[in-house]
Amino acid sequence: MDRSALINVVDLKKHFIVGKNMVLKAVDGITFDIFKGETLGLVGESGCGKSTAGRTIIGLYEATDGEVIFDGQSIQDMDKRERKDFTRRAQMIFQDPYASLNPRMTVTDIVGEGIDIHELYKGEARQQRIYQLLDLVGLNREHANRFPHEFSGGQRQRIGIARALAIEPQFIVCDEPISALDVSIQAQVVNLLQDLQKQFGLTYLFIAHDLSMVRHISDRIAVMYLGAIVELAPSFELYKKPMHPYTEALLSAVPIPDPTVERNRQRIILKGDVPSPINPPPGCKFQARCPKCMEVCKRVTPELKELEPGHFVACHLYDKENQQILQNYTNKQDFAGKTGI
Amino acid sequence: MSDMTFKQDDFKVVGKDLEGSERIVRKSLTYWQDAWMRLKANRMALVGLIIIIIITLMCFLVPLLSEQTFNFQDYDAINEGPSAAHLFGTDELGRDLWVRSWKGGQISLLIAIASTIINVTIGVIYGGISGHFGGKVDIVMMRFIEIIYSVPQLIWLILLRYVLGNGLGVIIFVISITGWGGMARIVRGQVLQLKQMDFVTAARTLGASTPRIMWRHLIPNTMGPIIVNLTFQVPGAVFAEAFLSYLGLGVQPPLASWGLLVNQGTKMLLVHPYQLFFPAFLMCVFMLAFNIVGDGLRDALDPRLRN
Amino acid sequence: MAERLLTVENLQVCFETYAGEVQAVRDVSFYLDKGETLAIVGESGCGKSVTAQTIMQLIPMPPGKIKGGKVELDNVEISALTDKEMESVRGEQISMIFQDPMTSLNPTMKVGKQIMEVLQKHQDMDKKEAKEKAVEMLRLVGIPKPDKRADQYPHQYSGGMRQRAMIAIALACNPKLLIADEPTTALDVTIQAQIMELMQDLQQKLHTSIILITHDLGVVADVADRIAVMYAGKILESGSLEDIFKNPQHPYTWGLIQSVPRLDKKKRLIPIEGTPPDLIAPPVGCPFAARCQYCMQICKDRFPEKTVVEGNHYVHCWLQHEMAPKVDNPLEKGGNA
Repeated sequence: MDRSALINVVDLKKHFIVGKNMVLKAVDGITFDIFKGETLGLVGESGCGKSTAGRTIIGLYEATDGEVIFDGQSIQDMDKRERKDFTRRAQMIFQDPYASLNPRMTVTDIVGEGIDIHELYKGEARQQRIYQLLDLVGLNREHANRFPHEFSGGQRQRIGIARALAIEPQFIVCDEPISALDVSIQAQVVNLLQDLQKQFGLTYLFIAHDLSMVRHISDRIAVMYLGAIVELAPSFELYKKPMHPYTEALLSAVPIPDPTVERNRQRIILKGDVPSPINPPPGCKFQARCPKCMEVCKRVTPELKELEPGHFVACHLYDKENQQILQNYTNKQDFAGKTGI
Repeated sequence: MSDMTFKQDDFKVVGKDLEGSERIVRKSLTYWQDAWMRLKANRMALVGLIIIIIITLMCFLVPLLSEQTFNFQDYDAINEGPSAAHLFGTDELGRDLWVRSWKGGQISLLIAIASTIINVTIGVIYGGISGHFGGKVDIVMMRFIEIIYSVPQLIWLILLRYVLGNGLGVIIFVISITGWGGMARIVRGQVLQLKQMDFVTAARTLGASTPRIMWRHLIPNTMGPIIVNLTFQVPGAVFAEAFLSYLGLGVQPPLASWGLLVNQGTKMLLVHPYQLFFPAFLMCVFMLAFNIVGDGLRDALDPRLRN
Repeated sequence: MAERLLTVENLQVCFETYAGEVQAVRDVSFYLDKGETLAIVGESGCGKSVTAQTIMQLIPMPPGKIKGGKVELDNVEISALTDKEMESVRGEQISMIFQDPMTSLNPTMKVGKQIMEVLQKHQDMDKKEAKEKAVEMLRLVGIPKPDKRADQYPHQYSGGMRQRAMIAIALACNPKLLIADEPTTALDVTIQAQIMELMQDLQQKLHTSIILITHDLGVVADVADRIAVMYAGKILESGSLEDIFKNPQHPYTWGLIQSVPRLDKKKRLIPIEGTPPDLIAPPVGCPFAARCQYCMQICKDRFPEKTVVEGNHYVHCWLQHEMAPKVDNPLEKGGNA
């Protein structure tokens, strides 16, 4: 895998003003790279900001602060024409198969829209290209003149994928593309995405809340909580050795479809609810629900530090001063590694 | 259970039939075909539609084909009740009310349709722009409508008529100008809602320009409410014209319109009630039919009620 | 000693649509014993929700229609009851919780009052008693400061709390049967874990029997005693938790298990290709035939007979027939289980 970074996200922030003195800090300072040809998974629960992050990276939202650098060029600095070129290189697949296709357009028009906007093909060549795309995603050619409401959820997602591929992008943000699909159809779509990645050398940012699926498709995974990245590591590492308490709890909460394993697990059940990203308190975002919360966590926001090669964690437990506390947890075999894996 | 015999051939593996599984069984129906089917199922709406068609045809054919013009004054036949020669009777100047009523309908319809087309066009563009841009633009544009609407439409009609003078064109203009606000609001609301939908975001991601998004994505998906509102605009315009004419500010004699006929008929109400009854009846039936069809269309075009 | 609570026999439900009659539930039979949790697993359109709603007579008739079969609760044929008679069954003997807690609670009524409503209707309590019991229910489902929360509106609750409130309403009269229709699908995974733990806890305390409808095999592995696998309006396989996960017999069940990723093992995801059939013209034979790699000619012609594998584990598949070729369970080979 080519280790050069296609995208650098630097201290990206996206805040929304939702009322008098109420700032919704959806994305509050995230920094990471996405390497060419890789699939970076972005996971978290509702309100963590992963969707907003994806949309800000691709330029749908204007960043409140920070930078997104695509192939050496900062998106914030692009002018209108450069922005239009950028849309050819970065595309998006959406979550809701029912809302992501214009109900009044035929499949041909939907898939061909990008082709029309960028004037890539005309007439017969355009039709051929559209058929090619339908073949690629596993749809029948005779479906070309039908309307979205005639298709199932899985088929609609495939239409959406064909639409994104039509203009030959390098990078695709997959915003929860399978959450609304049936289980066996999810596998179809994920396999399709992986095949297309191999075929065209695509780079994916895969946003989802289903950890099992994210683990399956991603090379590296970033875990978000309330607008911040709490851990970032290669998939295997993350699941074998989660270091942030939130990651541990998250992994522990995912049910495993195997009764022997599932019923013998030690689970960490977090108390309380997922808090609101409006006017968050100072310090670590996870303080309210963290079973290992310390005093410093309530005052100082932990930085994302590389603790092992490629494995980044933002947690005060790993500060030098707290080595003894960390050791106690590990000795008690309390949480570390107890996700049953 | 086992009265069926099994052949070994039956158990030969034939494998998957994926093409068969992906085939779409149901007929492909466009939005309009589906809406038409649903409308047809609504008896009342169908009756209304038929009434509208009949009245419209009559309005144009009767004055054309009739021997008597709406203008012809027969002093021998003043204020006669309905008879074989004069189906609706005659008025104080001996004019045949049958032809006059239909001619009046023709004028009223022309005015209503012309003004509806204009105010729909203004309303759609205005609402589309306001909804699409949102923010301050939207706020200013909507406040403007509210200011205009703080004065009742009927007062506007009277004022503008006094300012602009006479003529059919003026009447059409005056009715259009005061009718577009409702449509603008509806279109704006729809556009605001649609803007959030993923397919619009997808178009933006693909690099679509604002006009493209407006015309290919937002407006087509607003067609349902636009058509329903349009259907309600027509009777509204008929009524507005009737009101103006009733006050003597609308269509002037010797031309006829339903409003004018009602005006003239009212003066004779106690003596010759039929002179009021027929034109009023036609107008009311026509407006009622439009309202019923409008309701039917609203249900037929609502995507959520699609089966 | 297993005591039978619910029996569903040969249930057939269809819907009138402009395009024709949709056969949503086609000859479905299953049972539930007291204290058990039965999971009905299947994908969208398989008929599991319609089955559940038919048990409670919640399907509007028209366009729905029960073409055949019956439902018996504690030896009473509830499918034959009138709507009025069903009213005293719902909430008191059978309750249901739904997928979306946001739309299942009345937004204009205080949460406490919604619980009281059920109590006052079925248990003839006066206002004071009902209020006390409502607060107690909120405490039971783990809502902090229940006396204050009872006077709040649903929009003041979080998603997880709303689901708890819904459970409180459902269990207020201590029904014999709780039907949970995808109760955790719309929830975040950490909240899902909380709710599943709560449901198991309550089941122990109140001895409720549960029918759990879901497509999430992980949740099933966690809480179910028995599983029925539904596809295109029919039950294809049914058995205990062990039976279905350790010794599945139907190719669709294999397909389901193979297409689900596991957190603890990296494996190939093998999707089930194709799309479920449109139930307006359901296939004559086995509904899974078009997507099944083991499909035989007979599978297309006739729906398979019921074959008992062992105990209460049964399956509808022609592969079970003695004349059929022997096929190994692919999950054992590839270690995908």
